[in-house]
This record gives sequence, structure tokens and C-alpha cells, in this order.
Amino acid sequence: MSSGRRPEHQAPPEVFYNDDEARKYTKNTRIMEIQEQLSYRAMELLRLPEDDPCYILDVGCGSGLSGECLSENGHFWVGVDISKSMLDVAGEREVEGDLILNDIGQGLPFKPASFDGVISISAIQWLCNADKSHHNPARRLLKFFSTLYACLRRGGRVAMQFYPENSEQIQLVTTQAMKAGFTGGLVVDYPNSSKAKKMFLCLFAGGAQQELPKGLGTEESSEASAAFVAGRERTKKLRNQKVLKKSKDWIIAKKERRRRQGKEVRPDSKYTGRKRKPRF
Amino acid sequence: MKLLTHNMLTSNIIKGVTKGYPLKIECQQIEIVETEFNKEFLEKMIPKIDYGVLCRAADQIGHLGDLPKVLPETSDYNEEFMKELHRVLLKVEIKEGNLVCPETGRKFPVSNGIPNMLLNEEEV
Repeated sequence: MSSGRRPEHQAPPEVFYNDDEARKYTKNTRIMEIQEQLSYRAMELLRLPEDDPCYILDVGCGSGLSGECLSENGHFWVGVDISKSMLDVAGEREVEGDLILNDIGQGLPFKPASFDGVISISAIQWLCNADKSHHNPARRLLKFFSTLYACLRRGGRVAMQFYPENSEQIQLVTTQAMKAGFTGGLVVDYPNSSKAKKMFLCLFAGGAQQELPKGLGTEESSEASAAFVAGRERTKKLRNQKVLKKSKDWIIAKKERRRRQGKEVRPDSKYTGRKRKPRF
Repeated sequence: MKLLTHNMLTSNIIKGVTKGYPLKIECQQIEIVETEFNKEFLEKMIPKIDYGVLCRAADQIGHLGDLPKVLPETSDYNEEFMKELHRVLLKVEIKEGNLVCPETGRKFPVSNGIPNMLLNEEEV
């Protein structure tokens, strides 16, 4: 996102993610790495049981990178995406989940209580844009969240990472989610970093009251701040390694060096490098 | 698309359609794929799937095999039944064909195993 304009501003998702763009998701290791990290974090936020295979919906599955993380952990999944090219790439990669071409703004075509959990990586910000004249972002978001609520089992969790453009979009998305009946809210990882900052919408579909997980890098003694202190100590040490000029150590080192070069040097005595008295 | 997914799919996103379930299958090409047998997962999915719909769908495309038409009692889940259920749910894959909405007759094409559930502007 740092390189220029946001993809949502360039074209609708089904156009933006064309064959060329889809290719990047199998060739570009940086994109793949980020996707994988986000998927693992989303799975962590879902708190899926360890040795219990679950049935998961992947919203905006794309080329199935996040699905592979789910398969690795023994879960079964179904992915929906609006881009045919991305799904074709997923098909070529022979991912284990089933793929469905679907515009999530038109609703999810599943029967009630089908899924144990839902993950989504960098997808729902696309819903905040009106790409066609008949598109209404608020209505499309509500349609998406209400059909999502329906196809999730009671007590099911949702973890969706997204890139909101501004605070209005966050407001819009969370309002529509609450309207659809979800509880929960936003979890922000590394809120003080412009690059590492990631937002996850964590939602719960009914059931018992659940506590919202904590974002990473928010506590005082978090790893991020610890790493920062360590960095400062290190530079201090580096600076101290260089001896102060004209100091006793510096003079002795210089005399030693010149002695090694075979030059005529006065022998060291107790007066070497000693400060003169002020009245001299 | 596997029959497990078919069992979950509805067409109730179309305007005016209330249930849209089950979708009829018009099948042109089927493939049998190898998938890992996971007994725990199957046991967990049995209460979720509509067994009658599954049997009719499998029968329709000619892959019912030895799967009993009525769901046996929980105590009767033997190895044989589980294997059959696994085959029908996760190994039979619809590659080419159509899914048809039972209420409106709207066809959703399946190509290369991917059903196209995109709607037109006036259907939303």
C-alpha cells in the first residue's frame, strides 16, 4: 500500500485482480509471506481448537494462500472470491478447499449455521467503495454481514484483516457489522507503527459473552519497545568503543602505534597523558 | 465443487427467493479426486449436512454407491459407512455443469469446478 495509490481506487476487484495481478500471488514471495503471516495471525484470533478439524469460510480467498494455512492445521475450508483470475490460480495450485465465484456484497449463498469460523485477509475494504452506479456501500456491507451471521454457527468467530482508508470506513464497517447482530470489535496490532500496524475485525455470532483478544504490541513491556531499548544500548556501546581524542588512553594507543611503525617515541612514564596543573 | 459444498449452497441471495435449497445439479463432467480421510471431521459434519439432500444429489449424478438412503443411528456408524460418506462428500467433484435454483430456475454455471454465483444487477 505504501507504493502509490490504493488498489480500491484503481478498478473494481474483479477487474483489478486480472491474470497479471493474480500471477503475483504465486511468484512474489514478499506478497506470499505477508499473506501467510496475516493468515496465521487471523487463525490465532479465531482461537480454533487445536486437534479438532473445523469447517471454515475464507472470504476473499484469492489464490488460496490463507486456505493453505488452514489446511496445514487440519481444517477444511470453502473460499469465495469475486475475481475469476485469482480463483483460476487457486485451482492451478490445487488447493484443498472448494472455490466459489461470488460477490460478497450480494450476500453469501450458504445455508444457515454452515461454518465454525470465518477468516478474511485484506478483502472487506473493497466493499467500502461504490464501483457501479447501483452500488451502495452501506447496503452491501449490511447484506454481507447479515448473510455472514446467518451462515455461521452460534458462538462462531470471525477474524477479518482489512485496510481501512480512514476512520469513517472503520466506523462504516463496524456499524454495519453490529447492525447485523455481531458483537466484538476492532483489534489493532502494533498501533504505533505505520508499517507493522494491522487491523483485524473480530466478531462473534451470538452465544456466550466473549472477550475481545488483545492486539500485539500494545502493552508497555511489549517486544516492540524492548527491541527499541536494546537498539539504543547497542549504539551507546558502539560509541564508547572509540577512545576520546587527547585522552590518556588515546595518547598511549598512539605512542604504541608509532612504536610499531619503528619511529622514535619517548618512553611511557607516570607523566604520560597526565593533565597539567592549572597554574603551569 | 464437492458434494459437501453443494450441501451448503443455496440461491437465497436472489431477490424474492426465500429458501433456494437444495440446488438442482445438471452435471456434464465429474472427477474423482483423492482426499485425506478424516473420521473426526466427518463425525462433526454429519449433524450439519442435510443427509436427504446429499443422497438425492449423489443419486442424481450416479455416484450414490453403497451409501444408505436413510442416516443410520449414531451407534451404527461403522468403518464402511464412514468410508462411503467420505467418498460421496469429499471425493466426488463436479467439474462442469449447472446449479439450478429450485424456485426461479436461474442457472449458475460450474466451470472447472468453480460455481459462478454472481448475480445481475436486477437480481440483487
